[in-house]
Amino acid sequence: MDDLFTVTVTVNGTQYERTVEPRLLLSDFLRHELGLTGTHVGCEHGVCGACTILFDGQPVRSCLMFAVQANGHEILTVEGLGTMDNLHPLQEAFRETHAVQCGFCTPGILMSLLPFLEENPNPTEEEIREAISGNLCRCTGYQHIVDAVKLSAEKMGA
Amino acid sequence: MKPAPFKYYAPTTVEEALAHLAEHGYGAKALAGGQSLIPMLNFRLAQPSVLVDLNNVSELFYIRSDDNGGLLLGAMTRQRQVELDPLIAERAPLVHEVMPQIAYPQIRTRGTFGGSLAHADPSAELVAVSIALNGRFRLRSQAGERWVPADEFFVGLFTTVLEPDELLMEVALPAMPPRSGGSFLQITRRHHDFCIAGIAALVTLDGKDQCEQARLVFLSAGDGPVIARQAADMLVGQAPTPEAIRAAAEKAASDEIDPGSDIHASAEYRRHLAKVLARRALTQAFDRASNI
Repeated sequence: MDDLFTVTVTVNGTQYERTVEPRLLLSDFLRHELGLTGTHVGCEHGVCGACTILFDGQPVRSCLMFAVQANGHEILTVEGLGTMDNLHPLQEAFRETHAVQCGFCTPGILMSLLPFLEENPNPTEEEIREAISGNLCRCTGYQHIVDAVKLSAEKMGA
Repeated sequence: MKPAPFKYYAPTTVEEALAHLAEHGYGAKALAGGQSLIPMLNFRLAQPSVLVDLNNVSELFYIRSDDNGGLLLGAMTRQRQVELDPLIAERAPLVHEVMPQIAYPQIRTRGTFGGSLAHADPSAELVAVSIALNGRFRLRSQAGERWVPADEFFVGLFTTVLEPDELLMEVALPAMPPRSGGSFLQITRRHHDFCIAGIAALVTLDGKDQCEQARLVFLSAGDGPVIARQAADMLVGQAPTPEAIRAAAEKAASDEIDPGSDIHASAEYRRHLAKVLARRALTQAFDRASNI
């Protein structure tokens, strides 16, 4: 019943081309077609934030987009942030403040924070909590995540 | 679950999009930001056989002045654009105030102004605000165009007057009349939840500091937005004293809304919240109107 569509998309600087059903979610495309399993799937209705990626630089729920909609666009996932030997300052800060427990929410929070920190290099605690309000964490109670953001703001800016 | 299979079109013009909708009728759904529709597809609460993706129809993304101090918004304008736009902040401060309260930043980068209206969730902020601001909506099909006032557009739960072959093209927000003030309040258990109760209010004062017109629109108080017309009529021609405001709030909450009970709140509690919010919103709206 479905036609198949060819999707050409740049993810973390590399261009990929795949042929997919239009109903394939972008989250599943990244995980299953491209093997980039850092993007997690929690709720598939937009409230948990675990699937958040950057789409043309903007934070977006990849579970609420179809892969075919990414044709011709640029995506950044957590795999594109840094490597084990060369962590992004935000990732460093998360490690230092114990902001990661099970890690399920972490990629979505990191990707949400990137554009936030670009626009708000020196955020208040209230602004940080507002910025992560679209990401659920069941482990940490958020305090260490907030601490990580403050630490990272110091590392990255000022 | 994952979405059921569908045929997918990605037109680049309104004309193409309308042609697909005309061909497939009730079988087709227009896809705007997808932040409300795709969850429904993911749960298979909706299973359209055809999706017409509007995200490449660039002619629907804009915010412009009209000739009368008001604003025209293309239906596909991203909520994030509306949130940041200086014209909106200047001419539609109630919209500006409401935008950060809608869902989360990640939802607003894809979600669209018109998409929220066409989806017609009874707890949608933009639905209530568009009515409070006396917005007008331009609809188009292959048969032609028509304008529908916001207060006639929403007719039931997730139901608008849009025909299956029609698209919402544009929202016109008139200039706020002089000496007007607006207010938007909602109660949520956590920030950014769908609200348990909410209200959008717009009032205008005349030269004698009496209420010239008033508009009260409740969210999550019925199948769709609920316009409390009797309460508004009570205020017109009166000085907006605390007693007058209290009486109008009582009227609206007792007689004009029809909230339901669910796992989040009982009908009685919603009714109580509506009364309190109406009083606070009217007070704030009249204060803002008199401070201009």
